[in-house]
Amino acid sequence: MVPEPFEIVVKRRDTTDTWTFELEPRSGEPLQFAAGQFTMLSAGGAGEVPISISGDPDRPERLVHTVRAVGLATRAICDADPGRVLGVRGPFGTAWPVDEVRGMDVVIGAGGIGLAPLRPALMSLLARREGYGRLVLMYGGRSPDQLLYPDELADWADRGFEVLVTVDSAGPEWLGHVGVVTRLVRRAELDWTATAAMLCGPEVMMRFMVAALVDQGAQGENIYASMERNMQCGIGHCGHCQLGPTLVCRDGPVYCWSELAPWLAIREL
Amino acid sequence: MDGVHVIERNDFDALLDALTRRGYAIVGPTVRDQAIVYDEIASSADLPAGWTDEQEAGHYRLRRREDEALFGYAVGPHSWKQYQLPAEVKLWRARVDQDGGLSNVTEPPRESPRYAFLGARSCELHAVGILDRVLLGGSHPDPADAGRTKDLFIVAVQCGEAGGTCFCVSMKTGPVAERGFDLALTEVLEEHRHYFVVEVGSERGADVLADVPHGEAVEEDRTAAGAVHARTASQMGRELDVTEIKELLYRNYDHPRWEEVAERCLTCGNCTMVCPTCFCTTVEDVTDLAGEHVERHQRWDSCFTVDYSGIHDGAVRGSAKSRYRQWMTHKLATWHDQFGTSGCVGCGRCITWCPVGIDLTEEAAAIRESEEGPK
Repeated sequence: MVPEPFEIVVKRRDTTDTWTFELEPRSGEPLQFAAGQFTMLSAGGAGEVPISISGDPDRPERLVHTVRAVGLATRAICDADPGRVLGVRGPFGTAWPVDEVRGMDVVIGAGGIGLAPLRPALMSLLARREGYGRLVLMYGGRSPDQLLYPDELADWADRGFEVLVTVDSAGPEWLGHVGVVTRLVRRAELDWTATAAMLCGPEVMMRFMVAALVDQGAQGENIYASMERNMQCGIGHCGHCQLGPTLVCRDGPVYCWSELAPWLAIREL
Repeated sequence: MDGVHVIERNDFDALLDALTRRGYAIVGPTVRDQAIVYDEIASSADLPAGWTDEQEAGHYRLRRREDEALFGYAVGPHSWKQYQLPAEVKLWRARVDQDGGLSNVTEPPRESPRYAFLGARSCELHAVGILDRVLLGGSHPDPADAGRTKDLFIVAVQCGEAGGTCFCVSMKTGPVAERGFDLALTEVLEEHRHYFVVEVGSERGADVLADVPHGEAVEEDRTAAGAVHARTASQMGRELDVTEIKELLYRNYDHPRWEEVAERCLTCGNCTMVCPTCFCTTVEDVTDLAGEHVERHQRWDSCFTVDYSGIHDGAVRGSAKSRYRQWMTHKLATWHDQFGTSGCVGCGRCITWCPVGIDLTEEAAAIRESEEGPK
């Protein structure tokens, strides 16, 4: 239950309230992880929070986390500069089905900071580009300045991802799409019955995204989503992250939608 | 270790002495604040001799018995959970360095006392097993949790009478403890004789018994013990039809009964505190004023608080309805999928200690009746 020390070696500001950290383990032992997993992250004595890993699973030497300052613990993390040490426990949870969907077209559907947990999957897909059909990223943000990883979006496009970006609102300088991310679904003309989707974002965004995908002909068993609940221990002992018959820290955060759908239909589950 | 034995009341303290000599800290029932609670026991004088408990929904009173039975009560507000998973545990303490890292990290010693649980009931042994499965049965067992129950010695007591809120027969967790003990006692009170019929459940149990004056049980003793077991089984204060109860509750997440119970529920969390299997905990980092030292504490939490389900944009379960539903469906339904057993052992504590007397057997029955009609 004691966190391992990881030193901040790179800190990059993504948006007004979001930073990406690259961390190196003091032990020298890389943290091997699977795309989609999370760690319990802490700074000093300000409490521990579950944060998805957003780095490349093929390069575990540096642990990468994108963190939005929204509460006491995340604010303390975001205040920490290079040279400071963060506490890490993990990795925990289930992974994106990167290997399972080989041979299929893959849609990555991200809303806001939901792109961070999907970045490892995206990198794994690109590293094995020839193993997949079309790769499409559908990414929605609040406004152009709130988009994560803008330089990488262009790089991913160069390397074989169809990158579709939309924002809720923008000024006249924005030449891209405006509107909710679900509207991008209709734009991508895919062979939907052979398309897998990996989704992460606000729960309401994922619900509408699934509805749009299924409407086009995608199969529920090919849709995966990363869920957020109040994970506190990461090891299935504290009870807080219950989602119906599952524990998100143990049986999630990545779930197959067809298994989850009946439960998400229940309000305040 | 076969056979059934008898210890006379006058020799009972020799059993406690035998456990003490072997280094066990004996924890058992004692009277405090007008309730029977668990605490360290030095001799039989600490036990609740001559007391019983009167239990109903939202009602608990101690009452004098007409005899001097040591275990003549059902169960109190405490359970063995407080020794398996104490209400507050310091996970670690450390210095916060200039760079924000932690040094001089100390974890509290893993060795807890070797406990002997005296007076554990059948439902409680099932609860100990269920909690063990949650804490130690997954892929990340915490050595600190394992350490607390590693060398447990269990002296079970077969219930001599059922409480008004008991329903172990429905849950198939009692009243007779069949395994999971080192020794099991059935207390028999006759007009001129007070004795315990003793079953041995382990080599360690046999070893302890060898140190205690005892005799072989004769036919009459066995019959007397059997009569006690049968009487208790026939006295259950409550019953719960558990036929496909998981499916029943899964079908009824939107049942109007949840709204109705929420109008009575105070969301106080008493039921989760007294439940012998409720395991939820939260962690809290505590620093000194200068922020130079930090301790991480784990303490019991309850799914009845709003914070329990809090994520960054608010609580998942904001209404009382959703929180009561979460608790009851967890006990009786989702626990099966999460941990492979029921989360309820039928001890009745949640009914007794609910300040407004909400009764989960009644709530489950109401939902069933709306589907099937009254039984």
